[in-house]
Amino acid sequence: MNVLLLVTLALVALSGTATVLVRDPARQLVVAGVFGLALAIMFFAFGAPDVALSQIVVSAIAVPVMALLTLARFDRDNR
Amino acid sequence: MNPALRRGVALASLAALGVAVLVACLGLPDFGHPRGPYATAVIPLSLNERHATSVVGAITFDIRGIDTLGEELILFSAAVGATVLLRSQRAEEDARDAIERHHALAERTPAPVRGLGAALTGPLLVFGVYIVAHGHLTPGGGFQGGVVLAAAFLLVYASGHFIRARRVKPVSLVEAGEAAGAGAYVLIALGGLVFAGAAMENFLPYGTTGQLLSAGTIPVLNVAVGVEVCGAIVLILSELLDQAMLRHEDA
Repeated sequence: MNVLLLVTLALVALSGTATVLVRDPARQLVVAGVFGLALAIMFFAFGAPDVALSQIVVSAIAVPVMALLTLARFDRDNR
Repeated sequence: MNPALRRGVALASLAALGVAVLVACLGLPDFGHPRGPYATAVIPLSLNERHATSVVGAITFDIRGIDTLGEELILFSAAVGATVLLRSQRAEEDARDAIERHHALAERTPAPVRGLGAALTGPLLVFGVYIVAHGHLTPGGGFQGGVVLAAAFLLVYASGHFIRARRVKPVSLVEAGEAAGAGAYVLIALGGLVFAGAAMENFLPYGTTGQLLSAGTIPVLNVAVGVEVCGAIVLILSELLDQAMLRHEDA
């Protein structure tokens, strides 16, 4: 196991912990996006570019937008 | 259950889970040294028998093509279900509609965001088409390319007025695209049954390995999946945007 793999694994652990520690949902989404990006880089470093591509498009595009729109809906209902 | 006891139970079970995960990780095969014959056998198989240089593509669309058919239909029904749910909630919003729509129109997107979105839309479209078209040669394929294409349409939303996005992305066309993509996959699966004797069996010429038009049915299936995934994601997102922005057919 070389240094690059260890660094990417550490990044995943760090950003994953950060995602749990952020409590405000809107900010948490941004941190979760960074976590997804770290996961994608890790997959790429481990030689799985297919999984990395799926990870990027799901965690950076599909999930944040859907969750943001749901949050916007909740905000409006609460007002 | 009082908080102290609850915390104790949580920590104990987390510690047990942590130990179990550690033990499981120690038993994993070394990185790059898979156990069993399949991982090494599949590479010459997909290259020589299936004429696809993307091994993952050959596995997804041939060796376990029926699974992918199931995943296709799951995504299709999920998108249809979400759309039906969101549309049935629409009527109750009508009263507050006029005021809210006014707000949405007044709130213009900041100029830098609009500029960046407009600049990225074209390259992202080309990139999505590339990923879909080269699914049998390089990493990628219909699913990844389809979501990239959906992201390009999302940028049209983010960068411009949503009125303009209505012209670029007519909802009925997206619905038709989603259904056509799912239907095309089923038809190709049935085509194998008719022309080659088994469902998902290849029935198109293999061509030269490494060429754009090669690997038989795999690129065709990639295009079908790409259209379906792009349609499904854009459909779900535009229904959610309808909810968030309260854009109506008469807007």
